[in-house]
Order: sequence, then C-alpha cells, then structure tokens
Amino acid sequence: MSIKALILGVASAALLTACGGGDAAPTQQAPSKAAEGAAPAATSAGIRVVGSSTVYPFSTKVAQEFKNKTGINVVVESTGSGGGHKLFCSGADASTPDITNSSRRQKKSEFDKCVGNGVDEIVEVKIGFDGIVLANAIDSAGMDMSLKDVYLAFAKEVPTSDTDCTMIANPNNTWADINPSLPANKIEAYGPPPTSGTRDAFVEIAMEGGAKKVPCLASLRKQDKKAFGNLAHTLREDGKWIDAGENDNALVQTLVNTPTAVGVFGYSFLDQNTDKIKGAKIDGTEPAFENIAAGDYPVARSLYFYIKKAHLSSTAGLQEFALEFTSDEAAGPGGYLEEIGLVPLPDAERAAVRAAVESMSPYTQ
Amino acid sequence: MSENNFVSPQAVKRLKKRRGVEFRFRLWGQAAVGFALAALVWLLVSIVGTGHSAFSQHFMTLDFELSETTLDPTGARDAEKLRGANYRRIVQQTLYAQFPEVTERKAKQEVFALVSASGATNQLRQMVYQDPSLIGQTVRVTVPTSDQVDQLFKGYIKRETAEDRRKVSDRQIAWADTLKERGVIRKKFNKILFTNPDSRDPELAGIASAILGSVMILVVAFVLAFPIGVGSAIYLDEFAPKNKFTDFIELNINNLAAVPSIVFGLLGLAVFLNFMGMPRSIPLVGGMVLALRVFPTITIATRSALQSVSPSIVDGALSLGASHTQAVFKQKLPLAGPGILTGSIIGMAQALGETAPLLMIGMVAFVTEVPTSIAEPATALPVQIFLWSDSAERAWAERTSAAIIVLLVVLITMNGFAIWLRNRLEKRR
Repeated sequence: MSIKALILGVASAALLTACGGGDAAPTQQAPSKAAEGAAPAATSAGIRVVGSSTVYPFSTKVAQEFKNKTGINVVVESTGSGGGHKLFCSGADASTPDITNSSRRQKKSEFDKCVGNGVDEIVEVKIGFDGIVLANAIDSAGMDMSLKDVYLAFAKEVPTSDTDCTMIANPNNTWADINPSLPANKIEAYGPPPTSGTRDAFVEIAMEGGAKKVPCLASLRKQDKKAFGNLAHTLREDGKWIDAGENDNALVQTLVNTPTAVGVFGYSFLDQNTDKIKGAKIDGTEPAFENIAAGDYPVARSLYFYIKKAHLSSTAGLQEFALEFTSDEAAGPGGYLEEIGLVPLPDAERAAVRAAVESMSPYTQ
Repeated sequence: MSENNFVSPQAVKRLKKRRGVEFRFRLWGQAAVGFALAALVWLLVSIVGTGHSAFSQHFMTLDFELSETTLDPTGARDAEKLRGANYRRIVQQTLYAQFPEVTERKAKQEVFALVSASGATNQLRQMVYQDPSLIGQTVRVTVPTSDQVDQLFKGYIKRETAEDRRKVSDRQIAWADTLKERGVIRKKFNKILFTNPDSRDPELAGIASAILGSVMILVVAFVLAFPIGVGSAIYLDEFAPKNKFTDFIELNINNLAAVPSIVFGLLGLAVFLNFMGMPRSIPLVGGMVLALRVFPTITIATRSALQSVSPSIVDGALSLGASHTQAVFKQKLPLAGPGILTGSIIGMAQALGETAPLLMIGMVAFVTEVPTSIAEPATALPVQIFLWSDSAERAWAERTSAAIIVLLVVLITMNGFAIWLRNRLEKRR
C-alpha cells in the first residue's frame, strides 16, 4: 500500500507542478512582470537576437550591459549567419527574432525572402571588422605569405602555371614548394568546417583573392564567374586541409602540439593566445589590431546586425539596444567591445551608422 | 575404470585447459575493469584538476565614493536615469586613488583594467538603483578583479613569460601585488559561479540560470514522460491483446529508445515551434522534447520491472477473487515500483546530459536573466558547458571544468538517489 501511495504521490506531485508550472505560470507571470516596472511598457519577453557565432561574443556583451542599464532581458542565440537570416526573414509577427547578427552582408536572396515574407523594412548596422588569421605555434618559424600562396596551398586544383589554366590536382606538399622563402614544412592546416561563417569568409576573401592573382584565372573570372568561383572555393581534400570543428580553443591546443601545423580562425583567438601562437603575415602585413582597423590586413571582413523595423513598437527597448551597440562606449575606439577583440569602424563610418540607427532608416539591396 | 577417468593424463590435461580458460577470463575481466577505472580516474583528475580553482576567485574590497556630481548632477533622483549614470567614472577614480603616482593616460587605463569593469560598475549601479539615498555617501564594496588578475594569482598566467606574450603587463603585475599586500585583493569562495546568470565576462559568469533551466526541463520531461511511459508499459504488458499490431508497437518503442537525440530536436522544431507556434528557447518546449526522448527508456524499464515480478503473486490475487485490474495495480505494480523508479531516474539523468535536441529549439542561447517560469527563455547546464568551452578568454577553461564538476555532482546525486530508493523499497517488501 505504502509503496503505491509513494508512486502515486510522486506522480500526483509532479502533475501538480505541471499544472502549476505549465498553465498558471505564464498567465501569472505576465502581470507580475509588468507590475515590476523594470521594463516600461514591456509587452514582449525581451529582445530576441539570433545569428552569427562570430558576432555572438560582442552581441552578448552588449546584451549584458544593456540588461544592467535598463533591466530589459535580451536573449542571444548563436545560430550561424545563414540560420539567423532564415529565422529573421521567416515573418514579421512577434514570435520571430528582432535582430539577426551576421558575419557577412545579407545576401540578395535573403533580402528578397525577407521582403516576400512581409519583413520589408530592415535596418542594416555595421559594427566593426574582424580579421581572419593563419597562425602557428609561437616557437615555430614565422611565415610571410601572399594571398596567392594561400590559394596555391589550399585549393583542391591549381593551374599548371600562371598562364596555362589547365587544372591539375594540387601538387604542393610543403610550403617551400609554393614559395622558396617559406619554411620547408609540410602543408597541414586546421580550419573551420563548411558550416562556419569564418570558413565562408576565408574562402571568399583569402582563396578568391589569391586565385585572382593568377593571371589566367583572373581572365577566366571575367568570362565565367561561376566556374572561377567553383575553382577558387574548393579546398583540397587530400588531408592537407583538416576541418577542425568549431571549437577554436581546441584548435589553439592542436597548434601548440603540432609546431608545423597552421590554424585558421578569427582574430580574437589570436589576441587572447599571444603566449601560445602567432599570426602569419599576409602580403607583408601582420594580423595586428591597427592593421585590421586601417584596412591594411587583406583577410578582414565586416560584421553586421539587422533590425526588424516592424518590431520597434512591439519590442520594448529595441532601438535603445541598437543605440547601446553603436555607442562610442561599446563599439568606439577603447570601448568595451574592443577589449574583447572587435576592431572598430573608422570615425566617419561609425558616425554614419549611428545616424542610421537614430533615424531607423531601412536599407535596400 | 571410472576413477581412472579423473586422473588419466587426458583428464588432467583437460582440467588444466579449463583452469587456464578461467584464469585468462579473469585476467581479461580485471583488465577491462582496470581500463574503465583508469579512464574514469583520468577524466576526474583532468576535470577536477582544471576546474577546482574556479570555485575560488580574487576580489577587491574598495571604498567607493558615490559622488552626486558624477551620478546625479541634477539632484532629481530619477530611478531610471540613475541606472544609466556614469558608474564607470566612479570605479575609475577609486582605482586611480590607489596609485596617485600614476598620471599617464595609458598607465591609468592599465590600472583600471585590474578590476572587473563590468562587474564593479554594475554592482554600484544596482546598489544605487535599489537605494538612491546612497548617493553622496562612501560605500565599502567587494567587487571581482578582472579575469586576467585572477588568472595571474592562480598561476595560469605565468610571470616568467615574456611581457609581450601575456595579457598582463609587468607594471600591472606589480600593482596587483601591491594591492594584495595592502589587503585590497583577497581570494574568496566564488559565490558568483552559483548565483549569477551567464555573462560575457568570465569573472561574472555563473550557472544559476542554466541549473534552474535544467531543473525546469527535467520536471516538465518527468511529468510528461513518467505517466505516459508507465501507462503504456502497463497496458502493453497486462491488458493489450498479443497480436501483430502490439508487437509492431513494441518494436517501435524499442527502436525509439535508440534514435539519436538530435532527431527528437528536429521533431520538436517542426511540431512544437513551427506547427504549434510555441516560443523558442523556453524550458517548456525543452521538457516536451526531452519527454519524447525519455519515455521509451521509462517504458522499457517498466516492462522489464513488471516482467520480473513472480506470476504467482498475480495468480494468488486472481484466485482470491481480485479483478485483473486490482491484481495488477494492488499487487504487481507495487512490487515493480523500485525497478520502475530506478529506470525513470536513470532516464532523467540521461535527459540532463542532452544538448543536441536543445540546439534545435533555440536553447543554446545567452540569457541575461535567471528564469522564473517555464515559459521564459532559459538555457541548460550541458549547453552552458558547450558555450563556455568555445569562448576565447583563458579564464573560461577552469569555469567550463567547474560547470562539468557541478553536472557530474548532480548526476551522481540522481543516480545515488535511485540506488537508495531501490534499496529502501526492496527492504520494505
């Protein structure tokens, strides 16, 4: 009997919690939250942000500061740039995200999808730059390579020579095969997987940029952009390029243990691990903060976020959040985002972005 | 003749062979157990080794002058305005006052970097917001040091590393040492780790919202999965006709237990979010998805518990005139109780460790608030571990391990409770 009572007791207690928690809680919660007065005229459960994992650390930092200053809750999800745009553009009703972060500009197709789903007014906000670095262990030989060297090292197929664009499987085994001034270590690179925005940017900026330096490929680009893109974007699959997963901390450890290997990741990981790894110079430029800010370092990209203007009235604090994100205290030189690795925009551009946020003027593709 | 059989050379040889087999099997068994133990010890040593230091943290105790001219120049004491006031300035001035000899701008910035900028400003901000009468007074507050200083004193940032290769400069080390000598910087138990929600700054990050989120998810999952799982097991075992159709259902339930958990996440995304339109990242949906994940486990455990009850008990009850329902619920179920509960708790422990399905329904998120209901955005403990392990700052490594320690402790407690419950109920029989 007593055992049955126990089982029944557990089950019924659990059921009671379910009823209490499941049905009553949300309805009870709403008035108590409004009464709290923390978020004036709060009609929604806070600001919802989705998107790029590269922008995620910056977005969460702003979310934290904003919550401290206003008491408005911000939920930031790391879905990747593509996933973010998909969610953001799925509609304009309250259940869709208010903001999506992106480590690249919104694509035309994504913008069209947004408009098609009734999200026709989008405010584009550029927040700063991020460099992509090739790094190796701190005690290994320093490297100074051109974008063309990067392309020749990692492309699946390379042209036979500068003038003959008959493609052959990449024959380069060591860095010295490509450029005698580079060390004679075998090529071994750990980089982000295809799902990553960092990979997209690396392929688009570094690989494409390098391919353009090969004269016959440059002329191919003029005739057949798609064929050129395919050639430039395909990384080698013979074990010289290794998809290392999204965890960059593990990647740094791998580089320390394998002195001849090279890793590809965002600048902030180099910045935090200067005692373990160092960045390779690209086209003679060090991947340093100043060089990325000045636009001298070639493998850098812009970071963005996009605001759904239709949500301005329904989501309390949405514009204020965007203003906090673009304030000098956050995204300016010496701001708290710079401390965690964001490279700020030049003053004039920052002022223009700030003005767009203040007036909430939508952008067009 | 028969005696000869046991001592004949062939028999002795056979005996030796049999003993040899037994000896080798024991050896294999010991080796297997030894390997398992070694793996466990290695896991625990590496996690506790990096994680234990996160349970303490360095703090600064300073006297902050909450000057009216900086915080509320108009004297209006408007609570919302006070929230946005310039507390950073006050923290800066307090720290500069510790080293009056430092005047150069760059050096001053480095002095300021000793304290957790976000933590100190926010602590003052919330204090003043709660009690505006503090303005004009000088308050003694204990705030966390920056994660760099904390890592320095814990020995993770090595003093012998060349200056340009570490994040703390030589003069910052000297200042931090001075503050420690003065008794301003002290090492304390890291309460923040247990009371704060997630933060972008390692020194302010805590697992409060993750633990609460996990608890809510588990309660929802249990409430849904336990009755469904036990109910379907009892029906299938005791009442359902034995035919092709019930065999088919049984096969499917067994299969469901082996389906990768990400599939349940996708199902949750399609049904609960897209079709039913429930919000993302809330524990209610997380619990519903994990209930799907757990209920086959509970069904299987319940059925094996029911089948292990001696049929004579039910027969006895039936022969005394009990109905089938009475025999099952009054005699069989109580005896199967310990097995059912143990199976369920182990199923819940599995659910506690799931991340993949939560990924699909948006619970891999940064949430600035500790959730107060199952309909508010939250995250879960394994998700928190995943997010922290991928952050750049060095200080995250020890916090990740600390969160893993907490998760392991919760798991051990749950499994220990399952064993305790089983022993207790079995004794009562």
